[in-house]
Amino acid sequence: MASILAVDDSASMRQMVTFTLKGAGYDVTEAKDGVEALQIAKSNSYNLVITDVNMPNMDGITLTKELRALPAYKFTPILTLTTESSTDKKMAGKQAGATGWIVKPFNPDQLLATVKKVLG
Amino acid sequence: MEQFHQTFFEESFEGLDIMENELLNLDVGNADNESINTIFRSAHSIKGGSGTFGFTAIAEFTHVAETLLDEMRDGTRQITQEAVDILLKSVDVMRDMLNVYKDGGEMNEDTNAAVQKELENLLGAEGASASNEGNQASEQQTASDGWHISFHPHVEMLRTGNDPVRMMYALAELGEIEVVADISDLPAFVDLNPEDSHLSWKITLTGDINKDDIVEVFDWVEDECDLEIEPIVNKSEKIPDAEDTATSNSSIPAATKEPAEKKSPAKKTGGETASIRVGIDKVDEIINLVGELVITQAMLGQAGGDMSTDKEYNETRMEKLLEGLAQLERNTREIQESVMRIRMLPISFVFSRVPRLVHDLSGKLNKKVDLVTLGEGTELDKTVMEKIGDPMVHLVRNALDHGIETPEQRIAAGKPETGTLTLNAYHKGGNIVIELSDDGAGINKERVLNKARANGLVGANEELSDDAINDLIFHPGLSTAEALSDVSGRGVGMDVVRKNIKSLGGSVRVKSTEGEGAIFIIQLPLTLAILDGQLVKVGSETFVVPLVSIIESIQVKSDNLSGIAGKADLYKLRNEYIPVIRADHIFNMPNDDSQLENRLMVVVEGDGHKAGIIVDDLLAQQQVVIKSLETNYQRVDGISGATILGDGTVALILDIAGMIEIYKEKGVPDPTTPVTPPEGNNSDMAEEAA
Amino acid sequence: MTKAASELNSIIGSELDSDADQYLTFILGSEEYGVDILRVQEIKGWDSVTPIPNTPEYIKGVINLRGTIVPIVDLRQRFNMPEIEYGPITVVIVLKIECADRDRIMGIVVDGVSDVYDVPPEEMKAAPDFGNVVDTEFVRGLATVDEKMIIILDIDHLMSGNEMKETDNISA
Repeated sequence: MASILAVDDSASMRQMVTFTLKGAGYDVTEAKDGVEALQIAKSNSYNLVITDVNMPNMDGITLTKELRALPAYKFTPILTLTTESSTDKKMAGKQAGATGWIVKPFNPDQLLATVKKVLG
Repeated sequence: MEQFHQTFFEESFEGLDIMENELLNLDVGNADNESINTIFRSAHSIKGGSGTFGFTAIAEFTHVAETLLDEMRDGTRQITQEAVDILLKSVDVMRDMLNVYKDGGEMNEDTNAAVQKELENLLGAEGASASNEGNQASEQQTASDGWHISFHPHVEMLRTGNDPVRMMYALAELGEIEVVADISDLPAFVDLNPEDSHLSWKITLTGDINKDDIVEVFDWVEDECDLEIEPIVNKSEKIPDAEDTATSNSSIPAATKEPAEKKSPAKKTGGETASIRVGIDKVDEIINLVGELVITQAMLGQAGGDMSTDKEYNETRMEKLLEGLAQLERNTREIQESVMRIRMLPISFVFSRVPRLVHDLSGKLNKKVDLVTLGEGTELDKTVMEKIGDPMVHLVRNALDHGIETPEQRIAAGKPETGTLTLNAYHKGGNIVIELSDDGAGINKERVLNKARANGLVGANEELSDDAINDLIFHPGLSTAEALSDVSGRGVGMDVVRKNIKSLGGSVRVKSTEGEGAIFIIQLPLTLAILDGQLVKVGSETFVVPLVSIIESIQVKSDNLSGIAGKADLYKLRNEYIPVIRADHIFNMPNDDSQLENRLMVVVEGDGHKAGIIVDDLLAQQQVVIKSLETNYQRVDGISGATILGDGTVALILDIAGMIEIYKEKGVPDPTTPVTPPEGNNSDMAEEAA
Repeated sequence: MTKAASELNSIIGSELDSDADQYLTFILGSEEYGVDILRVQEIKGWDSVTPIPNTPEYIKGVINLRGTIVPIVDLRQRFNMPEIEYGPITVVIVLKIECADRDRIMGIVVDGVSDVYDVPPEEMKAAPDFGNVVDTEFVRGLATVDEKMIIILDIDHLMSGNEMKETDNISA
């Protein structure tokens, strides 16, 4: 079963994402900021990384750049969580190497649809 | 979704606290960018979460605040005190909204709208709909037959993890698909880099398909490819490109009036939570200690087993058993301490409310006040902490309102313009002590005394010590403010503060020097479940006297005894007279010994009153676990609970303040601490009036 | 604890006949009383009690029941019967009382326990006025078993009378 790394400094968001994706049968690991996520990503392998942008210690954009620098994550789908209004954030994410984005706020169905789109 | 609400509320309230703290500490002229970022992130998180969980009002409101903060952090907006103040107000609004969502009640529509208006004004004309880049000029065009799509990914498209095959599959879900690949760009195999994309495709998608759906498939790679989507023209009429007006996807959902969820009034404060965050180090410590307990248990099991097989008494085996028991005692004590520490949180949680309070109040009262906090890491029980918040707030209000003078008054008194309020917390014995001191005017003893005399609390000729006078402020009805300012003295008097602190098993007293300031000293037990007690024997029963109430224990010397109207006994203890309470009488226990000479008297203090309790014997001092008498029985006056002694029997815990009450009720005048001797015929007790 | 009591202890909590209500009976003076066995938590021998000041005579005090403080009522005194010396068969029946606000555990001191009987509901007769021996408010009914008369007590009423009323003013 596909494994997903979910990164967000908000515990309630993490919980929601984990709950939704696990319910659909995915394996989910959580991280609360970019630093933790990078560490976890290095010692495990994931089929998809979903990350919030605004986080302390290391934000989502930087995390994306760092992940792309790792051989194992060169082509792994990385999705950033952004708010509708910030096109520049979407672009910043893409420039850092992200595959795409998920727009906040989202409901569980939208999340699942997007994840399916990416993981097949 | 509701299961995540609890976490969302917790983290949001925390986020608001962080915002508030950072805002208060923000140096307007030279703001720390990291600070602004932290504030922004907190607001952003709250906005995101509330949007996700459906708390639209908060999401909408917070968005405006977030926009302001965004401008502040990327430098397009200067940080002004005005902005900070409005943001602080926003924090209040967000807190209120969260509380309404959490506990029910009605939104404060007017206040919220007013603050939002202020935010919007600050942002400028486009305020509310700023950064509205979500607009998509959507062409509402539907081709009847299908589309021709030309898709040419740029070389690096694969490196963002986007996979053309996935997109094909996505398109295939929209209609019938035919794909033709164009390999003309492929380099020689030798030179081929598998990470590059050199292919392009011509895709024909037939069916009644909305162009938007096709665009959506390529949404993410818009910038990384060349994309052309043309309708398949079959009919002669070409559907003109209708340029739709930008349907503004306003990032703010339509303002919905939040219906009142419940009729119950919205609770203003956070109230008690049913969960607690525990550092994992504390958990690990307990796990270790329990491990040791298991070992000790095995050891005892073995020692006991060995002994039971032995037919005779074996010294070594007995020693092993005793050793095991000693170890058990150690383990139990360590586990107890460790577990109690779980409920302990640093007092900074309570102290954190104060900076905001001082900030607002000093503004309102036009006073300059510096706040110093010490000992913020001092830990205390979570429940105690939740309940000490309100009394502390009241004391702070009091200090700012009545204690610290206006800048003019201070300068006239030769003091620095800015007053200082100091909060200090530390552990002492089995208690936590919180000191609240100010360098203000102190308590006006004359005014207090006059008021007390006017109320009949103190006799016209009665003289009281300074401490006793200062203590009078804790009596109900003794607010001496010239006019009840709206800041304090609104029915939440010092008497309520003392009552609340007492109900936590603590005490509060004040020391004051006129002209220099006052210190309020609050003492609280570290935990509500355990008590340090002095075991005493009264008759054939053992009672527990809380150590925190005991001043000293002495032997009665008849010379120092005197009576009031033949009823009560007073004892002269150094330079004051204290009432003598016979425990056996208070508790209606049979007793035949009326001679007090050489009896043991425990001098205690409860609620500011001193007394001496006659007991038959002093036993050990030990920590006792407080068991409720009310669980299966009911409250008993003079008794605060029960405990189980080492021998399994029950011992009652004395409620000192309660006992003094009973004593008073049995028809004896108020045992305040008079300095003048009582009226009586003991001539050797005559002392000059102070 | 007597053998009989320990035998009875083993009956408590065992499978009950759903048709008949079971009652634990005990002796007070020359009368035999019964209480609903579902309310009986356990039976203990009499042990010392810690008296509580300023309480009615019949409240002997409290005991430690595995860490909980449980009040003990002397039923003889409660019924205004003459006191007797507690002896080896004196027994404390620990009961679960249902009060208005919550359930409580209380113990009653009786002369001795008797037995457990099935009393089908139709066998329970209404109680006539006893005069002032036992307030009929506390009596649920009368039953005849083995030609004996058993006075079935309403234990909730007995224990949660005025004297037991909560003065619930803990932290204000």
